[in-house]
Amino acid sequence: MNSQTTIKQEFHFGRFYTRWQRILAPYVFISPFFILFLVFGLFPMLFSIYVSMTSWDAISGLGGMKFVGLDNYRFLFLEDTAFWNSVKQTAYIALISGLPQHLIAIPLAFIIHTGMKKMQAFVTAIYFAPFVTSVAAIAAVFGTLYSERSGVLNWLVLEVFNKIPLLNSIIPDDPIRWLGDRHLVPISISILVIWRYTGWNTVLYLAGLQAISQDLYEAAEVDGASRFERFRYITLPLLRPTMFTAFTFTIIGNMQLFAEPFLLVNTSGGVANSGRTSVMYLWDNAFNNLLFGDAATQTWVLFAIIITLTIINNQIFARLRND
Amino acid sequence: MQKLTLGNALIYGLILFGGLLMAFPLYFMLVFATQSRETIFSFPPPLVPGSIDQIVSNYNALMKMTDNTFWRVFYNSFYLASMATITTLFFCSLAGFGFAMYDFKGKNALFAVVVATQAIPAALNLIPFYLVMNLIGWINQPRALWFPGMASAFGIFLTRQYIQSAIPRELMDAARVDGSTEFGMFWRIILPLIRPALGTLGLITFIGVWNEFVLQSLIFRSPETRTLQTLIRAISGGTTATNVDYGGLMMGTAITVLPLLIIFIFTSRQLITGLTAGSVKN
Repeated sequence: MNSQTTIKQEFHFGRFYTRWQRILAPYVFISPFFILFLVFGLFPMLFSIYVSMTSWDAISGLGGMKFVGLDNYRFLFLEDTAFWNSVKQTAYIALISGLPQHLIAIPLAFIIHTGMKKMQAFVTAIYFAPFVTSVAAIAAVFGTLYSERSGVLNWLVLEVFNKIPLLNSIIPDDPIRWLGDRHLVPISISILVIWRYTGWNTVLYLAGLQAISQDLYEAAEVDGASRFERFRYITLPLLRPTMFTAFTFTIIGNMQLFAEPFLLVNTSGGVANSGRTSVMYLWDNAFNNLLFGDAATQTWVLFAIIITLTIINNQIFARLRND
Repeated sequence: MQKLTLGNALIYGLILFGGLLMAFPLYFMLVFATQSRETIFSFPPPLVPGSIDQIVSNYNALMKMTDNTFWRVFYNSFYLASMATITTLFFCSLAGFGFAMYDFKGKNALFAVVVATQAIPAALNLIPFYLVMNLIGWINQPRALWFPGMASAFGIFLTRQYIQSAIPRELMDAARVDGSTEFGMFWRIILPLIRPALGTLGLITFIGVWNEFVLQSLIFRSPETRTLQTLIRAISGGTTATNVDYGGLMMGTAITVLPLLIIFIFTSRQLITGLTAGSVKN
């Protein structure tokens, strides 16, 4: 009798447990993400909205915060020309490092996809390899290649290209100041950015191309369409959704460009701040000048700029779709 | 079959040339790592790798530049990337399993939140992240960099996709009849079945954390806690420094880059497929 009730109770408990753990299980399984996001993502960001309305050096602890209202924003919009200069340089570098990536990646992906069967994986891997290199290490290598007096690039320019007839008329006779001229610094940074990310974009476009039905190409080939015609009239229109995704990635990523310029031209920002991006500027404000209130303000304004640019991109693609 | 026309030859020539440009900096990294500082900056610069003696001498220079902490720093990077990888594999596949194999209230909305967090620009979190780590005293602690990211949206998305496509739900019912708990199913049935996805996610996580520079330079501010990324930054002293032993420095960059490049050579297809699957679909 006694033992029977125990069994019965255990059985009931067992069923209860089975039922509830089954209902709660998925919530428990997905909870780490939400807890971590709240603690290390959402809360810090909301906190930084408050920080943007304070004057704070962060080392004096929470007690050292001084509420200043919208003063930081007023200063940013009315007086902080250095910030707006950094936005201008960021947008410029974003454009000259972003556009070539896509102009190379789209035809490259098309050729890899349509014209290479056995070599496909190998060629993709070569172009993608820079993406798995460490930016700190590779920036040190680029810095050496860019060396003005004795770098490999200037050796190529002065001793090789300059010895080639015809070419030598457009090649300068003096060493190129890759990291020492304010017009060249954005270009030198962009070369590194293009080198690192063109493969990534190629791979994005390859994935987009694989989604396009092979029948379309075959039908076009039967109709006698050349490779260029197939690219122009089949690939480009059908690749538009992928282009939208890839453009969005590039805009968001490039407007936050930091590591490449930071490592190449140092915290100083290069000659005449020509290589100082907005994130470099706010980094400098926070960690060197201990102006965390201003840095938080700059972060949020930069965020608004990025959002605006992605909306514009969105509108352009929406219009293309309608045409 | 493509015919070999002049146009095609030109196109493939261009692709070959582009591939050489991609390999160019990596090749010179190896050349510089095996040449002395004087040779690197002589004119014309060295175009081929140097001798074994010079490799040894550069290695010694690297040890001297880093006060013999180089391998300690290498271990720090390895430890950080390993912790991140192990925890990411566990928590992402657990959440991916939750999203893929259960129907529950709010599932679609919650998954939309997971996907949406990926669109938040990383720079937005830079200052807040540092402030929070400063407040809770995690500056110079490796956990500051693996703990917050261990249930990454990208990893959840990737494992969910894989579980959804590879594992039938009937398997779960069968396991339940056999008396398995929900977590027991994940641990004993799902994890072994999703090994390919775990391999891809593990690879992506390890490479990403190993190479990550910005947050590491925020958190690791003392020489003892340095990782390879922050060490290279510290010993190169920017590109304007003139008194740096570039042979030793380039040896350091080669040791940082080569292990991952070798892993990449053998896993490129898996890695690339995983990266695009996790990024394009949303």
